[in-house]
Amino acid sequence: MGSLKNRHLLGLEGIPSEDIQTLIDTAFTFREVLDRPIKKVPTLQGKTIVNLFFEASTRTRISFELAQKRLSADTVNFSASSSSLKKGESFKDTAQNIEAMKIDGIVMRHPVPGAPLHLTKFVDAVVINAGDGTHEHPTQGLLDMMSLVETFDKLDGLKIAILGDISHSRVAMSNIIGLKTMGAEVTLCGPPTLIPVNIDELGVNVSYNLDEVLKWADAVNILRIQRERQGVHYIPSIREYRSLYGITRERVEALDKELTIMHPGPMNRGVEIDSDVADSDNAIILDQVLNGVAIRMSVLFHLLGEKQEKGEA
Amino acid sequence: MKTKQLPKSVKITNCTILDPFAEKEFAGEILLKNGKINDVGKSISADGVDELDANGAVVTHGFCDIHAHFREPGREDKETLVTGSRAALAGGFTTVCVMPNTNPPLDSPESIRFIAEKAEDLSIQLYPIGAVTVGQNGKEMTEMGEMVKAGAVAFSDDGIPIIDGEVMRLALEYSTQFDVPIINHAEDVDLRGSGQMNEGRWSTRLGLAGIPDVSESIMVERDLQVAGFTGGRIHVPHVSTEKSVHAIRRAKENGVNISAEVTPHHLYFDDSALQTYDTNLKVAPPIRSEADREAMIGAISDGTVNCIATDHAPHTVEEKESPFEYAPCGMIGLESAFGAVWKMLSDKKMSLLDVVRKLTVMPRQIIGFDSDLFAKGAEAELVFLNPDQEWTFGLEHIRSKSRNSPFVGEMLKGQVVSVVSRGQIISFK
Repeated sequence: MGSLKNRHLLGLEGIPSEDIQTLIDTAFTFREVLDRPIKKVPTLQGKTIVNLFFEASTRTRISFELAQKRLSADTVNFSASSSSLKKGESFKDTAQNIEAMKIDGIVMRHPVPGAPLHLTKFVDAVVINAGDGTHEHPTQGLLDMMSLVETFDKLDGLKIAILGDISHSRVAMSNIIGLKTMGAEVTLCGPPTLIPVNIDELGVNVSYNLDEVLKWADAVNILRIQRERQGVHYIPSIREYRSLYGITRERVEALDKELTIMHPGPMNRGVEIDSDVADSDNAIILDQVLNGVAIRMSVLFHLLGEKQEKGEA
Repeated sequence: MKTKQLPKSVKITNCTILDPFAEKEFAGEILLKNGKINDVGKSISADGVDELDANGAVVTHGFCDIHAHFREPGREDKETLVTGSRAALAGGFTTVCVMPNTNPPLDSPESIRFIAEKAEDLSIQLYPIGAVTVGQNGKEMTEMGEMVKAGAVAFSDDGIPIIDGEVMRLALEYSTQFDVPIINHAEDVDLRGSGQMNEGRWSTRLGLAGIPDVSESIMVERDLQVAGFTGGRIHVPHVSTEKSVHAIRRAKENGVNISAEVTPHHLYFDDSALQTYDTNLKVAPPIRSEADREAMIGAISDGTVNCIATDHAPHTVEEKESPFEYAPCGMIGLESAFGAVWKMLSDKKMSLLDVVRKLTVMPRQIIGFDSDLFAKGAEAELVFLNPDQEWTFGLEHIRSKSRNSPFVGEMLKGQVVSVVSRGQIISFK
């Protein structure tokens, strides 16, 4: 294929800035397609893609499926609950059975970090990571960057705050890696129990003072918060979380500037973000959703659509 | 691999004898009669005996592994006492102690007897370690006295830490009358939580839940304090962190009756190797940081950690082919042990004699086995080594029934050429 360095999209780790730029640029051309009355191009006609979802997902799966349909690919959806994974057919058998039916690409969401890389050992198809546990969610990172480009016309030098549960967020990791690659400054903000060790090695700042961070930032990307994960209570209460880290109307109004508000969804309104803020003019949350379809079209096009002369290139 | 009965009398010639007990190294000969040591010396005159030319190999005591899982009874699809013994011989091990976390666990005199009886027919010396508590439940002590009589040589709930401090105290007190070590898998299970790998930069990068180093050292500290308090014998298995090393060093300085082991894989790998998400590197305790690995090398060099033990833990291909979080902990380690350890430690100014002591005399002394294997009349347990040989470890070197080894493809240093064990000579060339 040629235009991108890697054959799969397993994460934004190791993706050069030129490739991120290419994916975003192409996505903007697909955005125009989405604004047409007939929102379909024949780019992936004859290609077959399986959406392999081992974890519940609504928006990501629909977004990928729409992107595939807009590109005229044939798509099949496979969903399995993660609890049935441990017992039933092995991961390898599932993967190899699907591949045996002659498919070109697999879009996979899986609760275990590293599962997409694992998948590439068993299949020849192009693998696109739609979220692997608490590791990466590369298309989310790309669509967030595309949305920032749409708002600010650039990424280099932008000041981006990522707020909330960094430890358990694949969105945070892909955002951090992508934004740093593109020259943005990143500050992470959240309770110390939700900031992973050695994260500063990725070139980010860490702060526990939300008001200062918001004063500094051009945009804030707000992550969904859960009080409890697998029986561990990382924060004492939602009330205290809101008081320390909630994007409340009062907090936003107290700023003497415009702050761009982002959220990867699904939102807990009234928890990490107030409804008034989520619905305000500065929120680009629904633009993120639309850009999600465009960026996934771009990824599919570059990995599956271009003339495939890969290998000896 | 070729196996032959030893001749009634045989003189091993053309070898360098490495005596890890007397701490001597010399060009010499060994005379075996009826499978026992008759003489070890520079030149032995014996007429009418067969001669075995060692081709210049280093001949030393057969290695002793005090920490292996042979999965029998219960998971004979992963390993049996017979296949595990073959893996041991391929690694130069002629004595192995097997852990009790079988199904059912080795928690009764009857189950110990089952292993002891089967061990009579094996090609190695094999001894069972009994469970400390019934069903490894961490609560009621097993019949240690009866189990010692049946053949148990140490006690451990391996894999499962003894969480209850009172049970640990009682076990350490009670076991003093039999002079056997208690081996406790040192881990604070709450601090481990759902951890999958060492907590640090790599767990953050890979998105895998971290296991902090203090989850080990906190339990090591407790065990050392209880051991000091009771006068019991504690042995710390598979030490993996710098903090644990500090704790052990301090306790030894204070005269606490303790010993410790390190695995070849904790000397060899650091957690950056997990970048491939190779499930064969998923072990408990986890592969730690580079600083921890260096601390382990320091600890085995200066004697803070007494010996090397493999924690040979076979698992099926399908279990290890599953995504990282679902794969069980453990790797096989017998076949690759010497090549991995000698590669790592020969770089660090340790002599072959020092390294061999950590595989022979030291582990035997921890359990209380006779460690002067060149004494006249000792049953011949010998390993022939080519220490300078560099070789790539491959699936063809694995004799275990399982093949979950991250050493496959690694260039190792030092090869086992042949082994004398239980009246047989087994050659791998």
